[in-house]
Amino acid sequence: MIMSVREALRRALDEEMARDENVVLIGEEVAQYHGAYKVSQGLLEKYGPLRVIDTPISEEGFTGVGIGAAMAGLRPVVEWMTLNFSLQALDQTYNNASKMLYMSGGQINVPVVFRGPNGPAEYLSAQHSQGLQSIYSHCPGLKVVAPSTPADFLGLLKSSIRDNNPVVFLESELMYSLRGEVPEEEYLIPLGKGAVRREGSDVTLIGFSKPIYLLLEAAERLEKEGVDAEVIDLRTLRPLDEELIYRSVEKTNRCVVVDEAWPYASVGSHISWLVSYDCFDFLDAPVELVSQEDVPVPYNHRLELAALPSVDKILEAVKRVTYRS
Amino acid sequence: MEKALREQFTGEFLLSLLEKMLLIRRFEEKASQAYGLRKIGGFLHLYIGQEATGVGAVAAIDQSVDYVLTAYRDHGIALALGMKPGVLMAELYGKETGCSRGKGGSMHFFDVKKNFLGGNGIVGAHIPLATGVGLKIRNKNERGVVLCFFGDGAIHQGSFHESLNMAQIWGLPVLYICENNQYGMGTDFRRVSAVTDFTILGQSYDIKGKQVNGMDVLEVYQAVKEQVEQIREVKRPGFLEIKTYRYKGHSMSDPAKYRTREELEAYRQQDPVLLLKVKLLNGGVLTEEKFLQMDSVARRKSEEAALYAERSPDPSLESLYEDVYKT
Repeated sequence: MIMSVREALRRALDEEMARDENVVLIGEEVAQYHGAYKVSQGLLEKYGPLRVIDTPISEEGFTGVGIGAAMAGLRPVVEWMTLNFSLQALDQTYNNASKMLYMSGGQINVPVVFRGPNGPAEYLSAQHSQGLQSIYSHCPGLKVVAPSTPADFLGLLKSSIRDNNPVVFLESELMYSLRGEVPEEEYLIPLGKGAVRREGSDVTLIGFSKPIYLLLEAAERLEKEGVDAEVIDLRTLRPLDEELIYRSVEKTNRCVVVDEAWPYASVGSHISWLVSYDCFDFLDAPVELVSQEDVPVPYNHRLELAALPSVDKILEAVKRVTYRS
Repeated sequence: MEKALREQFTGEFLLSLLEKMLLIRRFEEKASQAYGLRKIGGFLHLYIGQEATGVGAVAAIDQSVDYVLTAYRDHGIALALGMKPGVLMAELYGKETGCSRGKGGSMHFFDVKKNFLGGNGIVGAHIPLATGVGLKIRNKNERGVVLCFFGDGAIHQGSFHESLNMAQIWGLPVLYICENNQYGMGTDFRRVSAVTDFTILGQSYDIKGKQVNGMDVLEVYQAVKEQVEQIREVKRPGFLEIKTYRYKGHSMSDPAKYRTREELEAYRQQDPVLLLKVKLLNGGVLTEEKFLQMDSVARRKSEEAALYAERSPDPSLESLYEDVYKT
């Protein structure tokens, strides 16, 4: 069946809440307002105010509440209205959620999911338009998921809720209305497994989340130029499907990584390093990284577009790795 | 007064409070000594002087259903909860046999079987966690109450204020206990607080609170018991400010020069162990001889704990990557 990302997320929450009464949804506007992005529409009516919980604007507090409840046996899904606001709660994810299992010597695990829109959107300016995947992927003890299709959103959110670890689940404001085919029957996608979105033999294009669509468009344009690109969707950033990446690069010998975050110490730069190091003998060119420009996102649309990864920037990078410039 | 004491409490109960306070005192003295010998590293936040708070509060709960969370000054509360001194000392030594397998250290004592969820090293960061445990109790319709201890240094953190607000609007069974030992590291709380009576802060969230003399273990016990019973019944949070005092610095690296010798001496006169001892002597529950015997047992247990820690193995190198993720 065809459904939007918003509906896929809602279905995942609904199915998991129906399956396990320990699953609760906590966040700003998730209950009576039906979610700032309408993801949780109808859940309050179905599961009641004990399980779909509106919070005050207290990111640190309610994120910690989710973690504490998880430590004591619930499986909370904490909605951050946007990942930008999650920085208020970073102490809770970094110092509590991610480390509790380790510093308790394996006694206490934290099965909580933090989810919400991440990454640049449109006309939102610097504080509301940032990709924070690097911050969350940096920290051991957290898992980080960044899907790109409705089917993946469904299968990966369900797996995230069932996972026994804290999972940061990255969505995107510009993707909630994106529609796609989703299986009718219940299904799960394991965390840590990427997907090949397009097979090719000349260059490997690696990305995740919204930029996958830039990569697919770039691959189509490259096809017309006689370049056969393989597109890899990582889907999970931690644990990372390194196998899939290396297998592809060993075949194509060329690699372009795309990441909407800043280039400095990012997921994209880390993957570029991994490929450079582990595929050194197979590479015919240095790995290219297409990232957001190293500036806060500006409001002016012309500047905004110039700051973000684009199909043109990807094509330029492919030209460099294929020595066609 | 002595008669009243014996009417209210059994001798056995009174002696058990004294026994626990003595054990904490001697355990920490031993830990302090081991720190001096560099057997223990890192920070070591001693509880000496505050024993009545942890012991009195823990005595007032039902450990089979209630939960306890605290911050980095956690040794005393762990002992009050009945964790084994050897296992705790081994954790301080960073050994495999420690309660957190040597990966937590002084600030991260945990015992999930005793509903003790830490042990947290960030000022104020565990207050929302305790609130979340309260949410779980609410959702499961359980009897339990959460005791959440924190210091006067944590009370101005947003995490405290956010937590009290949510606990009140959702009716969560959490007793927030501010152990006001009067110094947030080296800063006198009066210098950094707009109010000196912290119960006013609870009142902003419509949570009635009470100030308690934390040098008197029986006063602590009664105040906590009263609050816990009330919370169990009405399913609302509570708040206590327990006025206490730490004899030592914030941690072992702090010589505590920000306070006077006279002040310290004045508090030694109302030492929680001494206060209870005098009461029990006057009440005929205790003899000087019995006290000395109890004290020597506490010393012996602490010695044995150190010996156990000393003889325990380091964690294996293979354990480095264990417990990062739960399978």
